[in-house]
Amino acid sequence: MKDKTIRNLFCKEFTNYLKTPLGYVFLVIFLFGIGYLTFEPGRGSFFYMREASLVSFFRYMPWMFLFLIPAVSMRLWSDERKSGTIELLLTMPVTIRQAVIAKFLASWVFIGVALSGTFPMVLTVVYLGNPDLGVVFLGYLASFFMAGALLAVGGFFSALTKNQVISFILTVCVSFLLIMAGSPPVLDFISTFSPKYLVAIFESLSVLNHFDSMERGVFSLSNLWFFTIMIICWLYGSIILLNGNKAS
Amino acid sequence: MLEVNSISKKFGDFQAVNNVSFKVDQGEVLGFLGPNGAGKSTTMKMITGFLDVTEGDATICGKSILNETLEAQRNLGYVPENAPLYEDMFVLEFLEFVGKMRSLDKEANKIRVIEVINMCALKDVEFQKIETLSKGYKRRVSLAQALIHDPKVLILDEPTDGLDPNQKHDVRVLIRELAKEKCILISTHILEEVEEVCDRCIIIGEGEKLFEGTPNELKSKSSKGRIQDVFRAITTDQKLQGVNL
Ligand SMILES: Nc1ncnc2c1ncn2[C@@H]1O[C@H](COP(=O)(O)OP(=O)(O)OP(=O)(O)O)[C@@H](O)[C@H]1O
Ligand SMILES: [Mg+2]
Repeated sequence: MKDKTIRNLFCKEFTNYLKTPLGYVFLVIFLFGIGYLTFEPGRGSFFYMREASLVSFFRYMPWMFLFLIPAVSMRLWSDERKSGTIELLLTMPVTIRQAVIAKFLASWVFIGVALSGTFPMVLTVVYLGNPDLGVVFLGYLASFFMAGALLAVGGFFSALTKNQVISFILTVCVSFLLIMAGSPPVLDFISTFSPKYLVAIFESLSVLNHFDSMERGVFSLSNLWFFTIMIICWLYGSIILLNGNKAS
Repeated sequence: MLEVNSISKKFGDFQAVNNVSFKVDQGEVLGFLGPNGAGKSTTMKMITGFLDVTEGDATICGKSILNETLEAQRNLGYVPENAPLYEDMFVLEFLEFVGKMRSLDKEANKIRVIEVINMCALKDVEFQKIETLSKGYKRRVSLAQALIHDPKVLILDEPTDGLDPNQKHDVRVLIRELAKEKCILISTHILEEVEEVCDRCIIIGEGEKLFEGTPNELKSKSSKGRIQDVFRAITTDQKLQGVNL
């Protein structure tokens, strides 16, 4: 990061995750949760599949993120606005763009740390058999980018309201819609009131479709682009919202 | 060094600040008075670039807050109303963070942090978490973060609110000390404070400037020399005995 302001703010925000209970609660629930879901004794679980791969691990990733990411993102701006510290932040020589980017990156890297905490899974499958490490890597890459996209959504709703609970709920709802956008029930519902091409657009926004194809080991840049563009758009939205607050 | 040119703010249809202008020079402390809801904090938020102005402009050391926001903010120290702080940081850590954000380099930052800690008498709490501080200490931390980059212009929104009499006195002495080389805009509800620290004062009510002059001019309007009578007469349009506007 060349920009010193972004770097300083990033460091403060990131260390904040390691100092507050939120960071640890998140890590513990995420690691235990994903571990349990992967090995749970139902169908589609790790043992049932009799295969040294992380398919069952990555399959639950979107659903873990659906509830945990909004918990991380909800305080990004709501907290600053509620406690008034945003007045300190934005009267320092910092642009809103820099602040949005720094906060987003800090939360994203934190999720990255959480993801890297799952490395025992990889060790396990390597010990048990001969997994395709390329596929594993792609799975992690896809998870990381999906997390980024959901964090950007959460950051947007955090900038929208001073209330963390509202920000959490809105983020869960919108994330759910985005994840499920390609599924038949949602598409059926949409098609009852909108024309075909809108349905097609909506389907192409499906986070799950993009995630799945990568997690299955199909590397295509278009999937990464999808997540990147999503991140940029939602961050841009936060910048617009925060600029709007200055006017009201 | 601080110039405010017919600044206005509208929240929807509500005119919070209407066409207020003033100037503060180096070495001067300008008191900013007015009843609750008069628009003091709103004006200050606009001067610091936190809120956009609806009309008008403010310049800080010649830099317009509208067009050269970051440049203007570099010369500015600001204590917001109620002194909000990052509660889960430690005092020292917080001040170092602010110093870094103010682009002090590492060595200079260390030295400045020690200086402001001494200036604001924070030595006893430097390793304490901000959320565990008493109100008075929080105020002083807020003042310290505003001073860390030695700004030319200081905007203080009720900096002595909630301090005990001794601390009030200390902060006033500090402000007088700082005023020698800075220009300071300070809002307050304590009228003795105006006499004690301010060279000039303005009174606003319902967003409009109602009075500008020295504390002595203000005082001389009352035959008994009671500033609070004059303040009331100006801001409420009441006729008060012995007050001659
Ligand atoms: N974001 C906002 N939206 C709508 N109205 C606002 C907003 N912020 C402030 N106001 C209104 O603007 C007016 C001026 O508020 P301001 O906080 O500037 O008063 P003040 O002079 O600082 O008062 P006090 O002495 O109580 O601190 C008030 O009537 C307030 O309700
Ligand atoms: Mg106020």
